[in-house]
Amino acid sequence: MSEPNTAARDRILAKVRRSLGVSEGDGARQANTTQRMTTKPRQPSPARTLLSPAELRAQFIGHLTRGHARVIEVADLGGVPEGIAAYLRETNKPARVRMGSDPRLTGLPWERAAGLERVSGRAEPADEVALSHALAAASETGTLILASGPDNPVTLSFLPETHLVVLNAAVLAGGYEDALVLARAAMPAGSMPRTLNLISGPSRTSDIGGKTVMGAHGPRYLAVFLVG
Amino acid sequence: MTPTSAEFKTNARAALADPQLQRALSGLPGGLVAQRTAAKAGLPEFEDLRTAGRDVKNHMLANLDIYLARYEEQATANGAHVHWAETASDAREIILAICQQANAKLVTKGKSMVSEEVGLNAHLEAAGLKVVETDLGEYLVQIRNEHPSHIIVPALHLTEGQVEDEFRRQHTHLAADRPLPDPASMVAEARAVMRENYIKADVGITGANFLIAETGSSVIVTNEGNGDLTQSLARVHIVITSIEKVMATLEDVAGILRLLARSATGQDITNYVTISTGPKRAADPDGPEAYHVVIVDNGRSELLGTEFRDVLRCIRCGACMNHCPVYGAVGGHAYGWVYPGPIGAVLTPAQLGVKAAGHLPNASTFCGACAAVCPVKIPLPDLMRKWRQREFIQGGQGFVARRALAAWGFVARRPRLYHVATRFAALGLSALSGGRGAFSYLPGATGWTRHRDLAAPQSRTFQQLWAEQQRGIAPDV
Repeated sequence: MSEPNTAARDRILAKVRRSLGVSEGDGARQANTTQRMTTKPRQPSPARTLLSPAELRAQFIGHLTRGHARVIEVADLGGVPEGIAAYLRETNKPARVRMGSDPRLTGLPWERAAGLERVSGRAEPADEVALSHALAAASETGTLILASGPDNPVTLSFLPETHLVVLNAAVLAGGYEDALVLARAAMPAGSMPRTLNLISGPSRTSDIGGKTVMGAHGPRYLAVFLVG
Repeated sequence: MTPTSAEFKTNARAALADPQLQRALSGLPGGLVAQRTAAKAGLPEFEDLRTAGRDVKNHMLANLDIYLARYEEQATANGAHVHWAETASDAREIILAICQQANAKLVTKGKSMVSEEVGLNAHLEAAGLKVVETDLGEYLVQIRNEHPSHIIVPALHLTEGQVEDEFRRQHTHLAADRPLPDPASMVAEARAVMRENYIKADVGITGANFLIAETGSSVIVTNEGNGDLTQSLARVHIVITSIEKVMATLEDVAGILRLLARSATGQDITNYVTISTGPKRAADPDGPEAYHVVIVDNGRSELLGTEFRDVLRCIRCGACMNHCPVYGAVGGHAYGWVYPGPIGAVLTPAQLGVKAAGHLPNASTFCGACAAVCPVKIPLPDLMRKWRQREFIQGGQGFVARRALAAWGFVARRPRLYHVATRFAALGLSALSGGRGAFSYLPGATGWTRHRDLAAPQSRTFQQLWAEQQRGIAPDV
């Protein structure tokens, strides 16, 4: 394979500049664009992103529930293993959960969920249930933000039929922009994970006869454990 | 694909006579159109966001060279291989070379209109690779040897019954008498078939709805999750996209996201928005070992310098085609090229030339619905009108139409003559209609009267009525 073709790039960018009637060394344009990437101006925020914490919480739960996801409220992190075990029993799913190495999850009191088997690592095709921890969420559309990595491998979010996500209510923001700020604050400065996944419901399709069916390729079931 | 835009009239006639297609299209108004209306009603700021969306995209286009260069810098720093394709053929060659380098045999592919534009699948298949479309709608058109008829609902032209028949023909490893009573059972079957492909694939190709200059990321927006399995389970992830997709920041993308799904499917947001940056990290247990991004120009850099620049704001939501009475009547295939509907009527002449695509800008009633719903306010009817002018200047249209347009132009530029001529025409036609108010037959207008009545003018012209009203005389019609 040839190395990235800088000659082609230069020709394309030269054509762009010719069409725009600008020159490469235009300092004002450079300053203007650099400023945008530094100050990151936002487009107008919808009123629904600026509500009180209680309203945002209700909005978040409402969106996910209407989008065919389940939201299970848990008072504290210690209650998550029991919550998971109860959910799996109630929905008749296998008591075997695949998860990554996120210490917020591995450190939970799993002894409280007797009989629940935990396996570590990326999702394998035979896995039926996976568990991830979200970085943040936006209530405006019930959107979770997850980052890929050894803590929460990205395949957990897409391969198994059931995806369980733990979200701390303290990182539930109103709009996408605030949620992304919270998510990026949880990562090393200036870095991005391989994937940042915004998830707002289980997988779906309307490609056959315009009728919506859940569980197209990704999870058929999404359950969010909202902690605190 | 081989363009058939020049045969639009023949295509349209066949589409109107196709009962399966007509049944499939009949779901549009109650489906995507009604859902968009409801989603818009749920967000009072929607119109302000459209204005902001237009301005943000205009800013990106005005600084496209800078943001593209910055994107490449950032993406490369994160381990991406960025490739630049000036033409469709360059894009095909670059991607084939990456696949061959990776010793690929099986390629899975998420939805990408740019890949349709450059004819990627046929090229990879000719070189001996197996390519499997993973978006359900794209998979359906692929196994039927068709092309997408809609940019977000590729198999919009198919009915449930046709999908069932196709699955029985295609999935011969399954029992022939298995029940497939509804979309849910067909989706379950496709899900099982596709799992095998994701796991075996060497290369996964996706498109990108956006590139982000600040972070060097590519973004896909999906509902099925197929694009994620495609990119996370293959050894190599290739993104194919085009130059106008670059945005400055995540914040800019966040604003546009509020418009995209609402305009497209009427959802508040699609279930998945995935921001990908580079290949898997050293400690990652999953993800591709290599991440390539192929940025395609294919005429866009030149379009940027023309009166058609606004069309490059397009975020490919499909709202213009959902709301278009012409698209709703004939479907996407009649347009004969990758992008159907009003956006296609403006893009296709730019990509194929006025001669090959000249009919498309004429296939519009200029009702303005497309411009009224466009999330980034592209003035689609104005741009179509500009293509009509170019077609006329280049000698397009038949002899009769050209003479008629020339005659009209002669009269319309001379107000006194125009007033006299229209007064006589109105009186004459009114008298001819014999008080019925409409013609069921009129020589010279049979193209219209064959299908419906042609309203006859009232006895006075608009200008006469206007003048009377200005003088304080109430119109009596």
